[in-house]
Amino acid sequence: MLLHDTALIYGRYLRQSLRSRFALLFGVLMPLLYLLFFGPLLTDLPLGDEGSSWQVLVPGLLLQLGLFGASFAGFSIIIEKGQGVVERMRVTPVSRLALLLGRVLRDATVFVFQAVLLVLAALVMGLRVPLPGVLIGFAFVALLTVSLASLSYALAMKVRTPQEFGPAINAMTMPMMLLSGLMLPMTLGPTWLDVLSHFVPFRYLVDAVRDAYIGSYATAHMLYGVLVALAFTALAVTVGTRVFRTAGA
Amino acid sequence: MPIISTAGLARTFQTKLGPVQAVRGIDLAVREGEILGFLGPNGAGKTTTLRMLTTLLAPTGGAATVAGCDLATDPAGVRRACGYVAQSGGVDPQITVREELVTQGRLYRLTKTQATERAEELARDLGLTDLLDRKAGALSGGQRRRLDIAMALTHRPKVLFLDEPTTGLDPGSRADLWDLIRRLRDEHGTTVFLTTHYLDEADALSDRLVIVDKGVVVAEGTPSALKLQYGGSIDASLQDTFLAITGRSATQADAAPVAV
Repeated sequence: MLLHDTALIYGRYLRQSLRSRFALLFGVLMPLLYLLFFGPLLTDLPLGDEGSSWQVLVPGLLLQLGLFGASFAGFSIIIEKGQGVVERMRVTPVSRLALLLGRVLRDATVFVFQAVLLVLAALVMGLRVPLPGVLIGFAFVALLTVSLASLSYALAMKVRTPQEFGPAINAMTMPMMLLSGLMLPMTLGPTWLDVLSHFVPFRYLVDAVRDAYIGSYATAHMLYGVLVALAFTALAVTVGTRVFRTAGA
Repeated sequence: MPIISTAGLARTFQTKLGPVQAVRGIDLAVREGEILGFLGPNGAGKTTTLRMLTTLLAPTGGAATVAGCDLATDPAGVRRACGYVAQSGGVDPQITVREELVTQGRLYRLTKTQATERAEELARDLGLTDLLDRKAGALSGGQRRRLDIAMALTHRPKVLFLDEPTTGLDPGSRADLWDLIRRLRDEHGTTVFLTTHYLDEADALSDRLVIVDKGVVVAEGTPSALKLQYGGSIDASLQDTFLAITGRSATQADAAPVAV
């Protein structure tokens, strides 16, 4: 039943995304601008021990896409709450977990699609990367999207007014972006900043994808990245399901 | 055996200003096939009661059964037995009538073919056939309401909960909706539990009225019995009867000024 319901909810929201093709393409605009106007600044800088600066920048942009995109996923459910769609579905026997999973899997699909566009653009700009590395990068984007979108939906179900939601999300995503070394590797900074950034879960995902982009797959970074991503996803989906199960007000 | 029965059903919300007792203890017995008007001033706890009876909100006290299923121990059974139309409705304006109806059928675990057939059957029954390929947002108020009700009837529920179903409708659409509600009861034996602020509606439609105020039942009976008991005469208006029961006189000192 869970599979049936998840597929049903996934289909409904995927069709919703396909109806707004404009939004589908627009989501990739911010990382694309970074690629175009920020990437060239780094071309000649020695950012990593191995590989070109593109192999450092593009993994960061991929996760930035997931971070900003998925964190705001909850906005759509705030609108649907107002329309009464959420309650109408919760009166049916549909699985509560499916109401969440169908939505977050749709988000993962959308952001992996946007990640593909971003990588294609980066290849044109001069990125060179092994194929397994690219695929690993997409897998991390998918996990990140599933976890952040789950938390975003959970928060959106809880906030009383839509006006609270945007600032709350911004307050969480900005420090996470700055402290995870999405833009530039944290190892370039002073020690205190590097140490601080190890308390931000994304740091491990970014390091892992950067390793994947230079073709080193069996590293400590990769291990920590996979563990943190999986643990974070499990935690986020658990929190999200709990909120969907009990959501009252 | 009543199809809905509640005993001391209560809900307290915790707020920053302390606990708010939205529903203090509702005792009700609704007979199968009855059209029950659930009336009360704004904030009396009508919607909260409806949301508890449809499993959307967990009660903080008391117990209830709907169609023989206990609210606390068998919420899945309650969901199978009841349909609910919220004040706001519950369709996405961007989605076509057909897609919403089919998806709803699938949420009730019908197969694709069954859901498609059921959608067309419901559309025929509720006069939506010509609108099936229109987006829900393009429907008129009355058409939207019929769609909301069609969605709630997908699984042929024994009990239909309607929260202010005719608010905002023109007189013609209201009359149509009354006919629809009567027809549901007459043809399918559906029990209808509806809230309304329109006393003429309650008078014309309901077999029995339950009046709540401040989270408890303050009066119940047939419209004529209530008029006789509280309004002083069987010819009293339901308006006067209602005001006599809830203790709000029409000429209060703080009533709205005639002109500003």
